[in-house]
This record gives sequence, structure tokens and C-alpha cells, in this order.
Amino acid sequence: MSLIELKDVSRIYDETVVPIRAVDSVNLIIDKGEFTAIVGPSGSGKTTLLNLIGGLDQPTAGKIIVDGTDISTYKPDVLINFRLHHIGFVFQAYNLIPVFTAKENVEFIMLLQNIPKTEREKKALDFLQAVGLGDRVNATPAELSGGQQQRVAVARALASSPSFVLADEPTANLDSASAESLLDLMENLNQNNNMTFVFSTHDQKVIRRAHRVVTLQDGKVKSDELNPIRIKNEN
Amino acid sequence: MNTYIKLAWRNLWRNKKRTLIAASSVFFAVILALIMRSMQRGYYDYMIDASVRMYTGYIQIHGKDYWEKKSLEESMIVDEKQFQKLKEISGIKLIVPRFETFSLISYGNKTKVAQITGINPQLENQLTDLKKKIVSGQYLNDSSKGIMLAKGLAEILNVNVGDSIVIYGQGYHGVTAAAQVPVTGIIKFTLPELNKSFTYLSISYAQWLFSAPERLTSISIMIDNPKDIDEIKSEIHNIFSDNYEVMDWEELSPELVQSIQIDNAQGIIMLGILYVVIAFGIFGTIMMMTAERVKEFGILISVGMKKWRLALVTLLETLFVSFIGVISGAIISIPILLYFKANPIPLTGEYAKAILAWGFEPILPFAVYPGMFFAQIWTVLAIALVSALYPILFIRKLQPVDALRG
Repeated sequence: MSLIELKDVSRIYDETVVPIRAVDSVNLIIDKGEFTAIVGPSGSGKTTLLNLIGGLDQPTAGKIIVDGTDISTYKPDVLINFRLHHIGFVFQAYNLIPVFTAKENVEFIMLLQNIPKTEREKKALDFLQAVGLGDRVNATPAELSGGQQQRVAVARALASSPSFVLADEPTANLDSASAESLLDLMENLNQNNNMTFVFSTHDQKVIRRAHRVVTLQDGKVKSDELNPIRIKNEN
Repeated sequence: MNTYIKLAWRNLWRNKKRTLIAASSVFFAVILALIMRSMQRGYYDYMIDASVRMYTGYIQIHGKDYWEKKSLEESMIVDEKQFQKLKEISGIKLIVPRFETFSLISYGNKTKVAQITGINPQLENQLTDLKKKIVSGQYLNDSSKGIMLAKGLAEILNVNVGDSIVIYGQGYHGVTAAAQVPVTGIIKFTLPELNKSFTYLSISYAQWLFSAPERLTSISIMIDNPKDIDEIKSEIHNIFSDNYEVMDWEELSPELVQSIQIDNAQGIIMLGILYVVIAFGIFGTIMMMTAERVKEFGILISVGMKKWRLALVTLLETLFVSFIGVISGAIISIPILLYFKANPIPLTGEYAKAILAWGFEPILPFAVYPGMFFAQIWTVLAIALVSALYPILFIRKLQPVDALRG
């Protein structure tokens, strides 16, 4: 059964005289356990598509079915709750809560889910350990490097026990070594925990690692194929 | 909840300078407001106390319609039982009976209308400190058959202690009241109106002279705590029938009440202006805090933080910054107010002369009431809550996609 299904989804912005079709009649199915990259040039609709899948935006037309639920008609308040329990987010600029420590940042998402204190403390430590930051749990974002902050963001995304993780240009602000290290981490989580990752990216490092690459152009799916680079590498 | 409090508190200190500036604006405004209020309330208390001590007392009992007609025909008889019941009311400090009327006073070829006040010398002295105002001669005693004249009146009549003046007036039920009375003392009032017209006899002699034995025109009452005035007044009402009237100082001195009300209104307008300044200080800070965190709000909503929870955090931030200012302002102002309560500011110049002329010491005492502090806290709280509406409404309308774009 598919985890994410987009049926003829369009998102049209009519802010200007000429309406902009940011996403245009997209059909897409993503299954559990996929490691998928959505690629394309700037303005191709990557972020809009990710926002639609993540329930941050609503389609002008079509249906978005996540975990068997049609979220395209959900009201914003219901969507907030849906996101909390089904989707993990990793943003380009890390976007951790600056006044919280790494542990508190990871814990916070579980607090929103009303998980008891002792349980969320333990889980937060486990997740930080899993992303390799077991010794930096009490550091604030300002005390961490970009790569470390993004690892905390991954831990935060996983802490809510989501069905899948959406990562919007996760390596864009990282140096090569940090980006590779982060991708190793995500790939391990994908392979070992069967966690589904959907990226939007320009970064060849990410594209090389993806199992499947969906290319957008002018809001439409230009191509949707298993990653030829990866297949070549594996062969 | 602890996490939200922690988040709000730490958010405040992300920009220490701004938080401190906002809290400081509240801090100084609260101190200023408390000093203003304390000074005003202290001055009113002082004026009221001085006024009731000067003559009226906090409560007066009269015969029905006496206060309006000021005629001996409306004088009253208060029996021993009623006096006893009055004394039994808790909170009453002093009961001062009087017999007051107007009469002609002559010496040689000079005649003047004067107020004759029959007093119990000892009780009157306890209320008005009259003995201290003697400038020559002797203070009255219970059986005295002499008269004490105000200095200004004595000068007009050109009499001294030892001379005898003639009282000629109308007593109870129209009986002629006439007598030659020796001047036994001269008293000086600072208030010119009193100094030109007041005279004192012992109450028994005044009652005899005006053919009104046992009759009184008023009983002035001093109480321990002015806050109990309504309760005591009500108890006095229960003792006396409808043939008597019981009035408090506000009814006896409406002009004083009015001047306090006018001054108080001016003070409240000033406070209002001060609060507007506080409101802009808080609101400006909240607006900045909101504007620079739009993306952060978007992230938090994106990852699943409900908008009401985010609004709660911003509300807590607003309350914290306000309360830092108001609580520290209140704490710092306590010793300042207490100092000036114990050491009133002495007034000088023309203003001091004017106050002296009214018979009051020219000082500016402060008052300290817990209510003044609570009033500040509630007012700043109200301002904070109104200011907090801005981020709450902002968050309510916020779309995460727009916020993420920054």
C-alpha cells in the first residue's frame, strides 16, 4: 500500500494577473521505505510539492492521500495535528529553537504529542545518541556546527515517530563532509529502520544517494525513475 | 506548562537589551505612578484629617434640619442613655458636644456679629487642640462664666483679657439672650474667617444664656479608623430616631470633597498619560519580538505546534516583561514611599503660606496603601494582556507556508 499518493494535484497561485501553476497536475505515489529525491531547477515547484505533501499548503485541485487519509480537504487546525503525528520535517536552515538545548529541542516535539516527561527524556537521549550527538545533548544550537544542528533537526523529526520525513534542501547550508555525514545518517535510518525520506534538493550528493529521482519542470513531473547513478554504482 | 514557561522566559533573554529597556520603561513608570499616587492620597488624607480635627469631626449628630437652618429651634436633646450607647460603639474615639449660635457682641460703641460656641473645654481641646491657640488669658473650664474671643474679633472690638463685652441675641423659642461677660482668653486662628468671628463659652453657660438648658446643636465624633466610618455611622443611626440627622465629613464639607475629586481627576489623567507611555513601550517590544520571529513561528506550526500553544508562549513573554517591570518598580518604591511617609516633604513659598492660612502645617505627606500597588499590577497586567492580543491575532492568521518564506 502506498504511503503518499498524489492524484492529479495542482497548486495555482493567482496573486498576479497571470496565474502561476506552481504544481501542475502531478500524479505521484511514494511507498513506505523509499529514499526519494525531488529535483529540478529553481522555480520548478519542488518546495511547493513538498509543502503540499507535508500538509503545509493545500492544493487548488486534486487529492493528496497520506497514510490512507485524504488531507487535501483538512482544515488548517486539523492539519497541524496531522503533521505532528505523521510527518517529520527537516528544513534547509535547521530551524531549531535557539533557546533550547539539543535535548530540549528533540523533547519539545514529544511534549506537543503529550508524551510523559520521563519517556520523552529517554527517547530524546536515544535519538541524539543515534544521530551521533550523545555527548552534545546540553549544547544550544549556537554552540553546535551546522552539520550538528542538522543532525539535531533529524533527531527532532524522528522523535515524533512519523510515517515519513520531508527534508527541504537539507544539505544546502552544509560543507561537503557534514553533508555526506548527514546523508550517511539518513541512509542508515532508511535502511535499518525502513524510514521513508522525501527530499527536495539541488545537491548532487543527495541525488547520488536517492533510490528514486523525481524531476520537476514548470510544476510538472518531467521524469520519475530509479536513480541511474545509484544503479550504476551498485552494479 | 513548565516547558512553555521555560520557552517564553528564555525567549525574553534572546535580546537582553530590548527586554531590559522594555522592562525598565515599565519599572520607571510604575515608580513614578506610585510616587504620584502616594503623594496625592497622602495629601488627601492629611487634608481630611486636618479638616475634621479643625472643627467638624468625622461624624456629626444634629437635630433634624439643623444643618440646613442653623437655628436653635432645630437644636436637640441627647439623653444619658443615648450618650452611653454612643460610647459603647467600638471605633469611636471622642464625642464632643457643642452648642452653637450667632449673636451680637458689643464693646463700647463697636458691635459685631459673632459665632458663639458653647463647648466642653476638655473634650473640645482633645478634638481641636484649642488650648494651644490661646495667645493671652486662660483657657475655659466647665464652670467658667467668661468668654474666649478670637484674636481678630478682639482687635475689631478693641478688647483685652479682663474687659467685659455684651452679648445680645436671640435664645431658644425667641427668648432674648443678653449678658455682660468678661473676656477670659484670646485665641488665635490662622484662618481669617474664624479669627474674625469665633467666640467660646462653656457649654452650660451658653445653654443658660440662650435659654436652652440641656439642648445641643451638634455632637462631633472622632473615630479610630476612617475606613470604619460607614459602619459607625450606621450604628449611630440605629441609636437616634428620625428626629436627628447623622452626617459624615463628606456631607459636612462638600467643598473639600469636591476639591479632592477635581485634584484626583487631574491625577488620574496624568496616570493615564503615563500608562499610555507604558503601553507603547510594551507594545513596541511585542511588535518587534513578533516581527523578527515570523519564520520561527512558521517552523513551530509546521512541525505540529498548535497555534494556541504558540499564542500562549507569546502571552507569557508579554506578561513576563511587564511583570519584571511592575514588580521590581513596586518593590523599589516601597522604601521610597515609606521614607516620605515618615518624613513628609516640607512646602515653602506662597503655596506654604496659603496652606498655613488654612490652619494646616505646610507639608506634603505620602500615604502607603496596599491597594495602590495592586492597582499598578492590575493596570500593567491589563496593558500587557491588550498588547498580547497583537501576537495572538498575528499567529491566528499566520499561514506556515508564508511564514517559512520569511
